Amino acid sequence: MDIDTKIQIQNLNVFAKDQQILKNINISIPKNKITVILGPSGCGKTTLLKCMNRLTDLYPELKVTGNIFINNQDILQAGEDINNLRQKMGLLSQRPYPLPMNIYNNIAYGLKLTGIHKRRELNRKVVSYLQLAALWDEVKGRLREPASRLSIGQQQRLCLARGLAVNPEIILADEPTSALDPISSKSIEEQFIKLKQDYSIVLVTHIIRQARRIADHVIFMYLGEVIEEGPVSEIFDHPKMEKTKQYMSGAFN
Amino acid sequence: MLVSLLLVAALPFLLFTGLYLKSFLLIHDYHLSDLLFSKEWKPASGKFGFYPFIIGSIWVTLLAMVISAPICMLTAIYVTQYTKKTMLRILHPAIDILAGIPSVVYGLWGILVIVPFISKYLGPLFGVKTMGYSILAAALVLSIMIIPFILNIIIEIFKSIPIELKEASLSLGATQWETIKHVLFKKALPGIIAAHGFGLARAFGETMAVMMVVGNVVKLPHGVFDPGYTLPALIANNYGEMMSIPRYDAALMFAALILLVVSFFFNLIMHFFIARYNKY
Repeated sequence: MDIDTKIQIQNLNVFAKDQQILKNINISIPKNKITVILGPSGCGKTTLLKCMNRLTDLYPELKVTGNIFINNQDILQAGEDINNLRQKMGLLSQRPYPLPMNIYNNIAYGLKLTGIHKRRELNRKVVSYLQLAALWDEVKGRLREPASRLSIGQQQRLCLARGLAVNPEIILADEPTSALDPISSKSIEEQFIKLKQDYSIVLVTHIIRQARRIADHVIFMYLGEVIEEGPVSEIFDHPKMEKTKQYMSGAFN
Repeated sequence: MLVSLLLVAALPFLLFTGLYLKSFLLIHDYHLSDLLFSKEWKPASGKFGFYPFIIGSIWVTLLAMVISAPICMLTAIYVTQYTKKTMLRILHPAIDILAGIPSVVYGLWGILVIVPFISKYLGPLFGVKTMGYSILAAALVLSIMIIPFILNIIIEIFKSIPIELKEASLSLGATQWETIKHVLFKKALPGIIAAHGFGLARAFGETMAVMMVVGNVVKLPHGVFDPGYTLPALIANNYGEMMSIPRYDAALMFAALILLVVSFFFNLIMHFFIARYNKY
């Protein structure tokens, strides 16, 4: 495994009952970069993302084969320590799903899972992660309010802060701006560009312009297969495959 | 449509007024606290103390809830979080059948199975002499009657929680059980309270099955193996008989009024709790 590679996926196949969702995926996700998994709806992007932190376990109908190496550990073989592995990856889903608690506890929940229980340390960290997600100024007077009272854009930033609080190395984001207004989307994108110094980010999207704005590395998928993979300039300006060219020119829409 | 709406909305009030007027004779002649807290029930000599019936009802209802609540919670969590979907497909028809059995059949089953079981095995096990007709028998029969109703609602509530919420908690490194305990349970809490409130109201008002196994003895119960008497059983056993005794008719109406008022307050308290926990 290359020193600059964070996640290495080899021969990954995912089968549902009567169809194959992912076909022989071989990709590597670079460290401290934003990797965008791009492709039309239903091409298996989300499934690929869920394989990376084994949320596929929740769907008993899925059968996963192959290897996914993170820090040289094959997470598909991991047994009991899957909870620790998941902690290395912050997840941001399509719509924000704040935990049924107040704003403070939404962050403190993850902190407690990492073993932090001292009140003073919790307080300090909750503040710092809310600042990191650019939410602190908006919520500082109302930490005891239910998280569901925040606007949807604020909720998504809260979910980002919550994910960062468990001190992950990777951020997995599944179309995190699809439910947001343009201003909130921009805020999330700006956060990602700042965060890539410290985290490796994997972003799933079907929005070509978003990929162009923030991606360093692009993986283009179509019907469960990886068609093309490479640096952003290569994929957008000199795509090798016909399918990629078609998608970039908007032919699929 | 407006008329029918108004009619439905006014029904509880009309019921209350009707029962109040019918029991006015009793309420007018006695102190309310005497009626509610006196232990003496001798209608022939004009003594109407509802305390044994009220206490009997409370014992039977609460005991039934204590038995059924953990069973419902654990079953619902197990079947929605830990097993494959086929288990749910097996469980659903069983629940529906249990919910559809008439209460008199439950009562018969109680007499044939539960009552002898208590008098022969359970009583001696705890060193108590009992006929089997007891608070415990009524509570056991009741709990089995209300389980399908509570369980059905709780299963639906757990199924309605979006899987993304579970994913969010797991991705933070929580175990399955931590996720259930801290996230899913909290999310489901208003619904769980509503489900149990619904079960409680049903148990409190259940007449036939309880009447058949509770013993119908007007006496303050001192333990779960003692026989008792409940408010609905009082009405059902005596209405239409002994109407020659003065104020007896009004006394039974008063029992019905207590039932109505109590179920009203159940509802009120339930709504309070649902609103309290529904903010998330």
